Amino acid sequence: MADTRTIEIEVLRYNPERDTEPHFQTFQVPFSDDTSVLQGLQYIKDHLDGSLTFRWSCRMAICGSCGKMVNGVPELSCHKFLRDYYPGKVRIEPLSHFPVLRDLVIDQTDVFDRKLPAVKPYVIPETPKPLAAGTYVQTPQQFHKYYQYSQCINCLLCYAACPQYGLKPDFIGPAALALMHRYNADSRDRGWEERAEVLNAEEGVWGCTLVGYCSEVCPKHVDPAHAINQNKVNSTMDYFGVRKLLMPKGGD
Amino acid sequence: MAQIRTYVRPMNGWWRRNPYFVRYMIREGSSVFLAIYSVILLVGLLRLSQGQAAWEAWRAALTSPWSILFHWLALLTVSYHAYTWWKVSPKTAPDLRVGGRPVPEVLIAAGGWLATIGASVLIYVIVRWM
Repeated sequence: MADTRTIEIEVLRYNPERDTEPHFQTFQVPFSDDTSVLQGLQYIKDHLDGSLTFRWSCRMAICGSCGKMVNGVPELSCHKFLRDYYPGKVRIEPLSHFPVLRDLVIDQTDVFDRKLPAVKPYVIPETPKPLAAGTYVQTPQQFHKYYQYSQCINCLLCYAACPQYGLKPDFIGPAALALMHRYNADSRDRGWEERAEVLNAEEGVWGCTLVGYCSEVCPKHVDPAHAINQNKVNSTMDYFGVRKLLMPKGGD
Repeated sequence: MAQIRTYVRPMNGWWRRNPYFVRYMIREGSSVFLAIYSVILLVGLLRLSQGQAAWEAWRAALTSPWSILFHWLALLTVSYHAYTWWKVSPKTAPDLRVGGRPVPEVLIAAGGWLATIGASVLIYVIVRWM
């Protein structure tokens, strides 16, 4: 590769068995125009320090595994190129606001095991019907009401972008609330009431102060800030007991 | 299973870490001037109810240099607040669609900006010349 250049990558290191707190380690990494930030990390692991630990899988911005803070911004590391940071250096940290397990690996259990299940992310029909009764029919207009919110890949960049989640870890947070809206806005779903307790809570939509950075960093353009803030209106109508009157179905 | 030891990073100074958060804090902070200005107006209303002498005293207080400085500062910050208020309005608006397609965010914000400018000009004309 004739056009290979060298960039400085600073990586946050943390070994729970040895370190009391994390520290940065610097590596010189050769790269070309098509080297992603993730490939830079892979170069370090393969050639410079095999103990560097980080998550990744698909390398093409769909699995949602490789989220990192790149120069302080939540990014999918496979989705950014080292050439765009050169000749500056790149500082890579684990996603903000999450506990660090080791190096760039965060503990995701708070969102995956507690917050996502809390919003009941599945269609709750008015009356369940047997398979033999056939499919639920939906028009393209009804489909487009929730399609955007169904594109979440659980990469957690929005949680790393949300200072409210960092300050108040009980906040249900952007992705889970967007997923709740995805089902509330689905014409086949009648589960608004079942999800209302989580939505109406201080830790629900009202935990959001519309910083708006979640929507900015979302690689799939889910727009969690819009999902959450539309539902502040729904939550208010619910509080005054007029939601059913004005919006019989719920979120759509 | 043994508890896995994790490291939780502190949040001190979080808003200085990203220019986006700095702008957010300025946006929220600018509302303080709006609140103070509202209190000044309410005090004026109270003084008006207390008779002409009280009302004239309130009006005279407004002409002090500190008051004028504050009002210029308030005009500046409240203008910025109005700008940002409409800038985030597409996020608080319902799902607006025309012909099945979402209305572009910039159009929603621009509608608010135009309405604010229009209302401000109208009020200025009424107060100044009518």
